[in-house]
Order: sequence, then C-alpha cells, then structure tokens
Amino acid sequence: MSAIFSKKFDTTLRLAVAGVVLVLAGAGGVAAYLFHPKQVDTGYTPVQPVPYSHKLHAGNLGMDCYYCHSTVETSSFAAVPTTETCMNCHHRVREKSPKLQLVRESYSNGQPIPWVKVHRLPDYVYFNHQAHVTSGVSCVSCHGRVDQMVEVKQVQPLSMAWCLECHRNPAQNIRPVEFVTKLDWTPEGDPVELGLKIIQAKGIKPPTHCSGCHR
Amino acid sequence: MSQFVQINPTTTTGKKYWRSLSQLSGTPEFKQWVEQEFPAGGVDAISSSSRRNLLKLMAASFGLAGLAACRRPVEHILPHSKGVEGLIHGKPLHYATVATVGGAATGLMVETHEGRPTKIEGNEKHPASLGATSAHMQALLLNLYDPDRAKGVKRNGARSSWDEFTAWAKDEFSAAKQGDGSGLRILAEHSSSPSLQSVRNEIARKFPKAQWVEFDSVNFDNPRLGTALAFGQPLEAHYQYDKADVVLALDADFLGLDSQSVLPVKQFSAKRRVSDHNSQINRLYAAESNYSMTGAMADHRLRLRSSDIGALALALATELNIGGALKVLSNASDDKARFVAAVAKDLAAHKGRSIVVAGPRQPREVHALVALVNQALGNTGETVIYTQPVVTAIDSLAAVNQLTSDLNSGQVKTLVVLGGNPVYTLPADLNFAKSMSKAASTVVLTAEENETWAAAQWQLPEAHIFESWGDARALDGTVSIQQPMVAPLYYGKPALEVAAIVAGLENTRAHDIVKSNWSAKWGATAEKSWKQALYNGFIDGTKLETVKPSADAARLFAAIAPALKPAPAGIEIAFFPGHSTWDGRFANNAWMQEAPDPMTKIVWDNPALLSQTTATKLGAVNGTLLTISAAGLKATAPAMVMPGHADDSISLTLGYGRSACGRVGRGVGHRIEGLRGSAAFHIAPATVSNSGATYQLVTTQEHHTLEEPITGKLRPIVLEATMAEYHHHPDHFEHAVHVPEVVNMFEQFEWKGQQWGMAIDLNACTGCNACLVACQAENNIPVVGKDQVRRGREMHWIRLDRYFTGKMDDPQVVNQPMACVQCENAPCESVCPVAATTHSPEGLNDMAYNRCVGTRYCANNCPYKVRRFNFFNWNKNLPESQKMVFNPDVTVRMRGVMEKCNYCVQRIEEKKIEAKANNRAQLKDGDVKSACQQVCPAEAIVFGNINDPQSRVAQMKKQQRDYVLLEELNIKPRTSYLGKLRNPNPELIHG
Repeated sequence: MSAIFSKKFDTTLRLAVAGVVLVLAGAGGVAAYLFHPKQVDTGYTPVQPVPYSHKLHAGNLGMDCYYCHSTVETSSFAAVPTTETCMNCHHRVREKSPKLQLVRESYSNGQPIPWVKVHRLPDYVYFNHQAHVTSGVSCVSCHGRVDQMVEVKQVQPLSMAWCLECHRNPAQNIRPVEFVTKLDWTPEGDPVELGLKIIQAKGIKPPTHCSGCHR
Repeated sequence: MSQFVQINPTTTTGKKYWRSLSQLSGTPEFKQWVEQEFPAGGVDAISSSSRRNLLKLMAASFGLAGLAACRRPVEHILPHSKGVEGLIHGKPLHYATVATVGGAATGLMVETHEGRPTKIEGNEKHPASLGATSAHMQALLLNLYDPDRAKGVKRNGARSSWDEFTAWAKDEFSAAKQGDGSGLRILAEHSSSPSLQSVRNEIARKFPKAQWVEFDSVNFDNPRLGTALAFGQPLEAHYQYDKADVVLALDADFLGLDSQSVLPVKQFSAKRRVSDHNSQINRLYAAESNYSMTGAMADHRLRLRSSDIGALALALATELNIGGALKVLSNASDDKARFVAAVAKDLAAHKGRSIVVAGPRQPREVHALVALVNQALGNTGETVIYTQPVVTAIDSLAAVNQLTSDLNSGQVKTLVVLGGNPVYTLPADLNFAKSMSKAASTVVLTAEENETWAAAQWQLPEAHIFESWGDARALDGTVSIQQPMVAPLYYGKPALEVAAIVAGLENTRAHDIVKSNWSAKWGATAEKSWKQALYNGFIDGTKLETVKPSADAARLFAAIAPALKPAPAGIEIAFFPGHSTWDGRFANNAWMQEAPDPMTKIVWDNPALLSQTTATKLGAVNGTLLTISAAGLKATAPAMVMPGHADDSISLTLGYGRSACGRVGRGVGHRIEGLRGSAAFHIAPATVSNSGATYQLVTTQEHHTLEEPITGKLRPIVLEATMAEYHHHPDHFEHAVHVPEVVNMFEQFEWKGQQWGMAIDLNACTGCNACLVACQAENNIPVVGKDQVRRGREMHWIRLDRYFTGKMDDPQVVNQPMACVQCENAPCESVCPVAATTHSPEGLNDMAYNRCVGTRYCANNCPYKVRRFNFFNWNKNLPESQKMVFNPDVTVRMRGVMEKCNYCVQRIEEKKIEAKANNRAQLKDGDVKSACQQVCPAEAIVFGNINDPQSRVAQMKKQQRDYVLLEELNIKPRTSYLGKLRNPNPELIHG
C-alpha cells in the first residue's frame, strides 16, 4: 500500500507553516508600522472653517501665543480664543474681508466658530497644559513651529511612547519659562545642560506612573 | 491546608460578627458567596450555537472596526463667541446655593464644569452643612439631569406653553373671577422661603379668603405641635448633641432621616471622637422598633413597638418624678423596667448635659412630654435650644383633611398644587385624585410627570433648584439665596414664579422677586450685600433668636399622661421615609435606588421589616409577600427579617411602588402609601396575613464577605472595646489580634516624600451612605440594576459593611466603610498579566483602564474584595441629558474593564499641578480631600499625607486604636481603621 503522503510532505508542511507564520508576522509588522501614530497622525492638517494663518499672526506679526491661548498657564486646556478676541483687532483691521465672514457672523449671532481639533488625545489621557508650560516646556516641543504654519499641522505622533521619551528624559525640552512661547529661541550654551539646571532648581519630576496621565 | 490554619490569626475579644442570619447559620447560599466571586450566575455561559453566532459577529465587527479606524473622527472645538467672566475652560467654577428637602435648608457648594453642575459639596460656612451633606443631597444632581422630568407645559395632556398658561391665569386669578378667593386653594410643600412668604402675603391680600395649605408626607409637624402643647406656642427644638453626655433617642433616628440636616451627625460624632484612652465619650440610649442608624450607634438599645414609646416616656418621666405622678408602666418586662431605671438615673446624674429626643413619628403628646423632661433635667437652654420654626407650624394632616372635604363639597373652584406629589403621598383614605377632579380648574406644578400631574388640567414642569432663583432658611433661621447654575433644561419654572403668576404680580421672574425682596431690607448697601450673600451662600445676621419657654409641669403632665397609655397588644405598622426614596421624590433616581439601605442593605425595594419571632408567627421568611390591612386600607409587601427589630411591629418604607414615574422608579418596590390613613398616619394597628406568594428581594449584605474561604473561620475584621476596657488597657486593639510574625519575600520599596493614606474612625461612622453616593458622583460610577446586583455585580467603589454581633434577636451593629485600601504590597498588581494595575511612587494602586483586558485575576486575588468589573457597557445608550452628569476629570469606563477606588487621584493630581505651577513644592494637609472624606458628616474618613507627622491622618494612625485589616497577609494596606468604642452603662451590662 502506497503512502498517502510522500516523504517530502513533512518538510513541505513544516515549511508551509513556517511560511504562514512569517507572512502573518510580516503583515502584523507592516500593519503596526503603518498604523503607528507616527504614520497615521503626524501630518494631519484639517481644513479650518476660517482660513486663519498662524504664520501671519504669530510669525510675521509676532503676536505672542498667550494673546489668544490665554489660559495655557492656568488650565489644562490652552483655550481656543473667543470670537471676541478675534474682533478686538478685526473690527478695525480687514473688517470687510470675505475670509472673516464667519467670524463676523459668530460675533453678531453668538454662535461659536466650529474650529477643527488638530491635536487630539484619547479620552483617557489627561494632558495638562498648565503643568507643562509652567515647568518650561515650550509650545514648540509638541506643536512644532506653528509660527511658520499657514495651516496648523500635527508634527509629533503624540503617542504614549513619545510622551514617555520626554517624561523620562526631559532636559532637552526644558527652558526658562519666559521663553516658552518664543518658538525660535535657542539657548546660548548646551540646551541639555541648561535644562538640567532648571530641572534641579524647580524640582521637576515628570510622572511616569499610570495615574500621572490616566485617571 | 494546615498552613492556612496556622497563618490565620486569632482574636482575643471572643466576639463573633456576622452580616446576615444565613451567615450565622451557615446556609449553602451564603457559602457560595464566600467561595465564588460571582455565585448567582455570575458568568453567563454562552451555548454552542450562540457561540458560533458570537464569533461571526465578532469577525464582522472586527472588519468594520478596521474600516472605521481608517478615517480619523473630526472633532470640533467650540469656543464661546463672547467671553464669560470668570470662566476658564478646563477649570471648574463653584456656586454657593441652598437645597431644601423636608422644610429646612442645607447650604451647598456646587461644582460646575463648562456650565453644567457635576458635583455637590456642603458649604463649609453654612450652619446646617458645615461642609457635609447627606446622600440625598448628593443625589439631587442626578435629579437635575433626569431625562424623565416633566418637559414643557401641557393642558390635559396636550402640548401647550407658558404663554398660554399665563394668559389663562391672568383671567382665572383676576378679582373678577375669584372674588375674595373663597374658591381658591393652594397646596404646596413646606417652605421656609422668605420670598415665597412675601408672594403668599400678596395672594392673601388680593384673595383674603383663599387658603394656602402645606403638606409633606415626611414631615416634622409633630415635634412642633408637641412644643405648642407644652409651651403654648409652636417652637423648633435644636438639640446640641455636641454638649450632651447622655442622649436618649425615643424612636428617633436623629443620626438618620429623623433630622432635617446633617448637623446632628456632626455634633454627635464630635462627642464620640477620642484622642487617647483618657478621653471621654457620650452615652447613647435608643428605644425603637425598627433598627435605625441611631440604634446602631447606641450603647444600649431597647427594642420596643413604636406605639409603646409613649408609655416608656411616661415611665421615664415618672421615674424622674416629673409632675409627681405615680408609676403607671404596665406590662413592663424586667428588661424595660431596668432600662428605664438605669436611663433615668443616668439622665438625672447629667442634668443640663443630657438630651431626650423623640422621633417625628411619635404623637405630639410624646413630644410635649419630652420637652417637659428636658426642662426638668435643666437641659432647656443648655443642650436643647428653642427658636421660632422656620416653616409655618400647622397640623398639615388636618389641613389636607379640610382641603379634601372642601373639594368634595364643591367649595373649591380652583386648586393650585405647587410641587410635591399629593395624589401619591396624601392619606390614602382621602382619595385625593378623585377629590381633585371636583375642582373646576386644577393647576399642578411638579418636577416629574407623576401621579398628580396625570390628575391635573394644567400640567406645569417645575424647575430644579439648580435652575431657578429662590431663598430658604436653615433650621436655625439663617437665610441663603438659592442661586441657579444652568438655564432650565426642560422649560421649568419654580413654585415662586407660579405663585407670583397666581398673585398677579407684574414681574414674575424669580430672580427679581428675590432680589427686590432683599434689596428692600438692605437699602443702600443692597448691591454689595447681594453679592456677599451669593458669595458666602448665606445672609449674615439672619439667624433666629432663641426663645426660653417654660411649661407648667404638673398641669401639662396631667393633661398628656392619659394619652400615653401603652397600646393594645397586636401587630402595629410604622412608616419610615426611604433611605433611597425619601417620600418618593428620589424614586426615579438610580443612584439612590441602588444605594443599599444602611441597615438592611436592600437595593431597589422596600421590604416589610419584622422580627424573627413575628415572622415565625406569620409563617413568613424573607421574601414572603404579606397582606397588610389597617383601617380598611390594604397593601402587600415582602417580609424581611431584621435582627433586632421589635416584636409585633412591622416597619414599612415610603416612596416605592410609583405608578406614574420615570423609567427608573416605575413599579419598583411596593406602594405603602396605600396603607396610610389620615387617622393613623405614622403608626397604626394592623392585621397581617401571609399571602403565600414570594417575591425576590436583593440585598448586598452577603456580598464581598471577608470570611476566610478555606477554613471558614471568621477573621477579626471589626474590632471594638468598651470605654472601660480601653481606659484600663490602652493597647487593647494592638493585642486584639495576634498576628504571627511575617517575613518579607521581596525587598521593600522605600516610600519617600508625599505618601497618601487614609484612616477611618469606626467610632464615628454611622453608615449613612453619603460617601457611597458622593463617590458615585465624583467617579462616574455606573448603576447596574436589581438583577445585576443579585449577581453580585454592583459597581460601588466604597461599600458599607454592616456587621451584627451578639444575640440573634437583639444584636448590636458596627458599620465599616470598605474601599480599596491601596496595599503597598498589592496582591492585585502581581497577578495582572498586562500591568494595567501598578503602583505609583506616592503609594497609590493605579488603575489604567485603557490597558485592562479584563482577565479579572486582580479581583480574584484581592482579599478585601473591592475591585469591580464592568460586565457590560453600562454607559451605552445613555440619554443625552444624563451624559452631562459625568465628571470630566474621570474616564468613563467601557465594558470588560476593572475599576476600583483610587483615593480620588484626579483631585490629587489637580492640586499637585496647581501647587507646582505656583511654586509650592508640597501640598498642605487638607488641600486634597477625597470625595468620601469631604461629604462625611461624621468626619469618620480622614485622608492625607502619612509621611507628614503633623497631618490629621498621621495623627489618627498614631492612635492606639489604629489597626489594619488582614494584617497577617503582609500586604500593608494604606487605609487603616480606628477601633470602635462603646460606652455601656455598667448597670445595664448583664452578669
């Protein structure tokens, strides 16, 4: 009686199983790479309802971030400004511009402008702007050179691994508080050395335990 | 096996503690709760066919989920068009306001996030709160967002509007139509609002013959009528429990629902707190039928039918020789006589430093006698202070009787009901729904579409207190402005505005009425005083002056003594407000329905409580439906044996069995109101029979028991001592449990810097549930329903374990709050396969929900059984309004996730960030308060930094009463307990 399976079958089967495992692992690896926040989230540039340019306001005109994002030092949220804040200038400047139509409408009818959120964290993450800004973490560390962006774009992955990188080793991203909103600021000496000095002086200990960010 | 026996520590107190009668007798049902985590169908088995379907569905949903994940959801940021003064996005705002449940007001401080109230705290400056609140006050928040509230004006069920109503009202409440107002009746709830009083005066001026009737089914009329009897004028008695060394409570749950605020708990616990073994505490005697929270705190408790309390009071007065009458205590068993003699002696030895108090169920004669006893003991003016009452002191029962007969005789043309639910709460024999229909026009303002709403022509939605302006007085007279935080969600208006419409006022806005009312009094400083009042939450100098009444003892004694005869033998029924439902107004509040009753631990039900002897006599067991009839009225209720209940007495809870109610409370429990007749509204003789049918009751008393599962040994969980023992052996609690020497297997972490810990004083805790509901509000804890609780799936992070000890029919009770104790060597952490629960450097046992995969190993390994698992997504399909109740600082958990107490880590982090931003390295003691600590009226829970020797928690832990649970496991819990002390009268200790 001849054998059902040839002698080579065992090897073929083993190779096939190994192949399937490899392909699956490879597919998993590719998926993990493709769906990593670095690929999925960085570069996100939604279209905003009002073509507001940070490059013009913060860059060319040199407005300080605090002018609009006024609660960044006092609250967990950095506060997107009220329409009133826009109108402080725009009731005189470019008061007829069609680009500002929605702003004027919002100001007169009291309805909010539906800005699109760019930097989005999951609901179980409790990021706090106050804690970071008052410790000397600059806006630029997470948001990039917003003063050079016409449309705001996400430049960092905002993944947990990325957060922890800095929380474990923050010196690179710590600067004197007065330069927090100076996005083009560079220290005279070694930034890490300066960062370490500030960390020492202020007793900065970024949390790396769960409840530091998850509550 | 033998090892376990060795490790198991022994207790030297020799006292045995049990949670239920089936634990005491060791029934198999109870064994299940010990051995299995979720006995009653805890795991829903999936049959093979449904399993295949499940797999198909899972495959499909994975595919769909994958597709959906490709598109990033667009989220909007919607800033205000114009800035709001004081509002910082992300920071809560706090508003001082006031809430009234049952007449007198409690000052509150309400936290709002982005314009929506999310948490209620007590106002520390308010005299009736002092920073604490009750469970009911906490739950007011959920009432605000109740999606089943009355929405919009209706006329005979058809949609209408406030404009149509005001147009109709203008004509209806005109002088031409109403004349002198003899056909106008207004039925309202008890109110202490000065502004409402001014509108009432206006109505009285316009319609001199109109009548304003006040009624609450849970009321405090009898105490005031009693003082009227004693002193010739109705007065409010304020008992100063913080000044009394001996207290006798006669059917008075003054630490529970028989007080109009949490102040008595604050005061009483101050007298109960000790700093060392030389401290003195007060002594509490209680005589009552139902086992109340006050009875649980008592050093001596006499179980007695409610209808025999009068005779007992009389015997006591006789013993004290008040009025010089002879002893009339008949049928007194030895126990009773001994109790009376000992209490009388103790009271007489503490003249001016004792209190006798009677509950609001007791007839006015008892209250008059109590006033007399207090006077004779020299307590009046010392521990018992009288003021004018803040509400109109009337016999509201007589008033609604009159109102009903006026309605029936056709005298009433227009009936206006302002708040409450009279069709449900009025005495059943009055048949108010039928009488109501006799009025030509009926206007009803109610918070929900309840029984009264259904019976009315004009149906008006009442605004929640957080939606409307008003004012109210605390029991001591202090006025607070009721300040709203949100615009009415469902177009409601407060009673004040509807009363103003009836009065025909030009300006009917509540804000304007209240403000102009007070501005007139303030004159030039009006604006400043108004702002000050809003900021403080009360108006300075509005406290009432005390009056010093005196009664003619002999005359009064002779007058009331005949009414205080012992009741005839037979079964009595007595009515109690619901710890969950109050008078029914919290029936649609899921937080309250699921909060286990402090004594029975029953959820979602109101059983008829009785003693084992009475149950045996009726052939009833737990769940047997009893048919109860009294004075021609009938009701059914399931029996439940309550250890320590008086024989021949049945305690019934109000506020259940609502027929017209929202989806939460409809049909929950049994309607007891149908038994309450106008002749015997509080206590009535009754005939009871066993209907033979059974009903499922769900109680959490056996859930999460700490019994040793292998040996079945009772572990020393609660420790107590008498004052004498503690005085002579200050190390009593240290030696109460013998813990074998333990060896650490691992190197121990060094806990440096700020380290969080908690101490719970068992001596102060009354088991009132305030912490449980506060925790639920603060931490977005879901409600699961009766059936899921039956399976042991309740989600409360803090539970109140109630232990009995002593005789089966007359035990003592100890309450023990139990939440995650944050073990330093946490057993849950070592078994988590995904490191979802790990330790923070500040000693917290963190829970990362997003990491949890739901293996439930941690819960299995938790010796305290404090971890809770989301078997379902309890937050799915929530009505939009109910999502607004969530605390934005706490994650809303999904299905398949474990959760537990984390010492309110969101509060800790918030304060830490704030301190850091303001360059403060360390937090001060008291900067962070956990939600349970903040709400606790007994101040039993203390939380803080245990590494700071000056902190209150460190001071507490230094006391010799301090002990930790299951110390032998060497898991080093951060929450410790301070042993309970009792102060028994040596004369009453048996042999």
